[in-house]
Amino acid sequence: MPHYNLRINGLVREVETDADTPLLYVLRDYLELNGPKFGCGLSQCGACMVLIDGEASTSCMRPISSLGDAEIITLEGLRDKNGNLHPVQKAFVQEQAAQCGYCLNGMVMASVSLLNQNPAPNEQEIREGMQLNLCRCSTHSRIIKAIKSAAKTQ
Amino acid sequence: MELPKTTRRKFLRNIGFISVGFPLLSSCFEEQEKAMAKRIDYNGDLPGSMRNASLVNAWLQVLEDGRVLIFSGKVELGQGIRMAICQVAAEELDLDLDQVEVHLAETGVTPDEGYTAGSGSVPNSAMSVRYAAATARKKLLELASSQLNAPIEKLSFSQGNVGYQNQNLNFAEILGGTQIEMEVSKPVPIKDSSSYQYVGKAIHRKDIPKMVIGEEIYVQDLRFPGMVHARVLRPASYQSFLTSIDLDGLSAEVSGVLKTVVKGNFVGVITEREYQAVKAERYLKNHSEWTSETAFPEEENLYNHLKSIAESPETIQDKGDVSKAFAENKTYQAEYTKPYFQHGAIGPACGIAMFDGDILHIWSHSQGIYPMRSAIAAILKMDQSKIHVTGIPGAGCFGHNSADDAAADAAILAIEYPGKHVRVQWSRTDEHTWEPYGTAMIMKMVASMDNQGKITAWKSDVWTDTHSMRPNRDPATLLNTRYLEDPIPLTQRGYLGGGHRNADPYYAFPKMQVNAHFFNGPLRVSSLRSLGSYGNIFAIESFMDELAGKANKNPFEFRIIHLNDERAIAVIQKLQQLCDSAKVNTGEGIGMAFSRYKNNTAYAAVAAHVKVDPAAGMLQLKKLWAVGDVGQIINLDGITNQFEGGMIQAASWTLKEQVNFKGDQITSEDWMSYPIFRFDEIPEVEVVMIDHPELPAEGGGEVSMPPTGAAIANAVYQACGIRVYDLPIRIEKISN
Ligand code: FES
Ligand code: FES
Repeated sequence: MPHYNLRINGLVREVETDADTPLLYVLRDYLELNGPKFGCGLSQCGACMVLIDGEASTSCMRPISSLGDAEIITLEGLRDKNGNLHPVQKAFVQEQAAQCGYCLNGMVMASVSLLNQNPAPNEQEIREGMQLNLCRCSTHSRIIKAIKSAAKTQ
Repeated sequence: MELPKTTRRKFLRNIGFISVGFPLLSSCFEEQEKAMAKRIDYNGDLPGSMRNASLVNAWLQVLEDGRVLIFSGKVELGQGIRMAICQVAAEELDLDLDQVEVHLAETGVTPDEGYTAGSGSVPNSAMSVRYAAATARKKLLELASSQLNAPIEKLSFSQGNVGYQNQNLNFAEILGGTQIEMEVSKPVPIKDSSSYQYVGKAIHRKDIPKMVIGEEIYVQDLRFPGMVHARVLRPASYQSFLTSIDLDGLSAEVSGVLKTVVKGNFVGVITEREYQAVKAERYLKNHSEWTSETAFPEEENLYNHLKSIAESPETIQDKGDVSKAFAENKTYQAEYTKPYFQHGAIGPACGIAMFDGDILHIWSHSQGIYPMRSAIAAILKMDQSKIHVTGIPGAGCFGHNSADDAAADAAILAIEYPGKHVRVQWSRTDEHTWEPYGTAMIMKMVASMDNQGKITAWKSDVWTDTHSMRPNRDPATLLNTRYLEDPIPLTQRGYLGGGHRNADPYYAFPKMQVNAHFFNGPLRVSSLRSLGSYGNIFAIESFMDELAGKANKNPFEFRIIHLNDERAIAVIQKLQQLCDSAKVNTGEGIGMAFSRYKNNTAYAAVAAHVKVDPAAGMLQLKKLWAVGDVGQIINLDGITNQFEGGMIQAASWTLKEQVNFKGDQITSEDWMSYPIFRFDEIPEVEVVMIDHPELPAEGGGEVSMPPTGAAIANAVYQACGIRVYDLPIRIEKISN
């Protein structure tokens, strides 16, 4: 089986697996990370999002062989060196922007990516930026609030 | 079998070292009065959950370090029950919130509280904990009084310490290694609401900080040494049989295959790595043949079909002679329809099982671990005392979905592959096409009004399938049972009563009749959040709105003149105030609706503000307001979150959702073919809760959903003059 060296959360991680294994399965099953979640495997819900070179991307259909030396950041890699939460993580806690929290990984990653590209998004831009992410518990209005408050603090 | 006791002892020892320190509300603790808070005697009915577990130590134990461990048989579904229980316990025992640990749902460890459903966790579990904790407090004071040689009134009691002058004992020291084994019996001295420091407040949940950093929370996150992965290949359709399967090339094609299991029409495959199981299932799908089944009825003709297969009606309520009133007054009627809806959990079901040769251990996000255990015991023909189930959260499920089926998949495969933890993960497509849906319904309403605009008689006829096929002793409630060799077909009908829940309007009509027409419909169904109430209230409150129009009355006033209940009137009046400030442009409208959930629990009045432009094909839900009354509020932010989520989810049902099928296939197989709300469709939401600390606490998980559907339909009518009777309210139904 082929070997891959992936750049994940600031470390180089070596993985031996079939070339078609999607990144999500590598992260959860091989590297034992909990952040990215399996929601659909079809790039329809956003639960599996990670940052690939700074941009929120679904990981459930992205084969490991396509990643090269892209820089991958997961939910676990958002805190700074001192362990402080990212402003988006803080804002989600502050606004209690979750019920079951299963979608939360994707919501946080999409929000971080959105604020990286647009530090002061308006309501419309927030909604567009979060369009791929589904939440069945329907905590959307809290998530929008959390993004607005993170935008103010970061 | 000594399993439960051993587990519990070990658990109690270990948990003493788990630090859950979480500095919430630290400022409040400083202000806390050391003197004893005021108490009142509770002398009413003890919660139903206490029938199975009446001793204090079934609910509450003191840990070695003096902190308190609470046991509840309910599961965390994202509704925040863990926090609500923690608040109630900390309140009665005057503890800090981080001095209370809550252990949820584990067979042999926590009380058997049946299912976590029906907004019943607060009135049952949290209230049981309240009375157990209050009893414990009384006992601790008595013991401390004799140990410290001081009268009870002179003792201080706070943050886990009982003191007199300069002496202090923590709870563990008072109990000296024992637990409080006394019965909870009335009267129970409970804290008076005027001295509450946690109950009724908006307190942050302890689990969200863990979620945001990706800690292990969900059953999907559990990993065990040597754990293997599995998938189950579902039949080609509900009734199809496996005619052939070719396993020969599997191992050459897919690496890591450990075992395939074919038992009748049940096909499972176990692999080393998870993605290998995904590929193996795909291979098996392409290398198996199944019979095709008789088709479902034509979707266009669904409601006629359902009426044609319904049994003769049962009269559920019959008050006064409605026919006579109909003959004597002007009479109106309307018929409403609701399609099948999905639960649509964002995380598809997952179950883990390990058979150690004697005990079968299962980890599941089931809503009822004890009832599921009896169903799995019946499938496997095992003694249920040999099955140990631990409840672990999954994604929000909103009723009975496929969680239990995945646990049963794992259990069946674990027996075939002993000694290893077998993890079964469902695919998105399986979740969408095999879960038990919320049933389609037809609601026909007839009412007569006098010339004062007062309703004189009302008749509801409801056509419905069952609203609960939850796992129980009958193994056929689990999907797998129907596909094993010697399949056990489903014969029972489950909980039919859910179908006419809230079909009898809460209004004070002099004459009323409710008839239920039960059918055994074509799709697999079970309980979906609020059961029949959503459909019934959609019909009743749409019809009330129509009648208000006929009577030339304001919809708020029209409801109020038909109500005798102050609390009901209060939520409607408050809602009216909120809506008054909204600016309504042309092409827009505000509609409202009211219900009291189950007609005897919590109240909600909901209003919707929509914008409709039929020419442009545009229907936009701008805002939803709710005013709620759940009696005593335990966690203000928790209940607000439940109300908000319930309204948005119900709005998604109302405007978008419908399970489609064709031939023998469910065609709503993913989020493209079964779309739900996305961010661009989310309305602004505003929730106001009316607190009644003097009244019993009701759950609120389902309460805001039923009126939301009708409020939207009524708003659409206000905006464009078109009334939609057939859910979902899609723009095509308005433009055409
Ligand atoms: S799991 Fe990747 S988008 Fe749904
Ligand atoms: S919080 Fe449950 S899916 Fe979003």
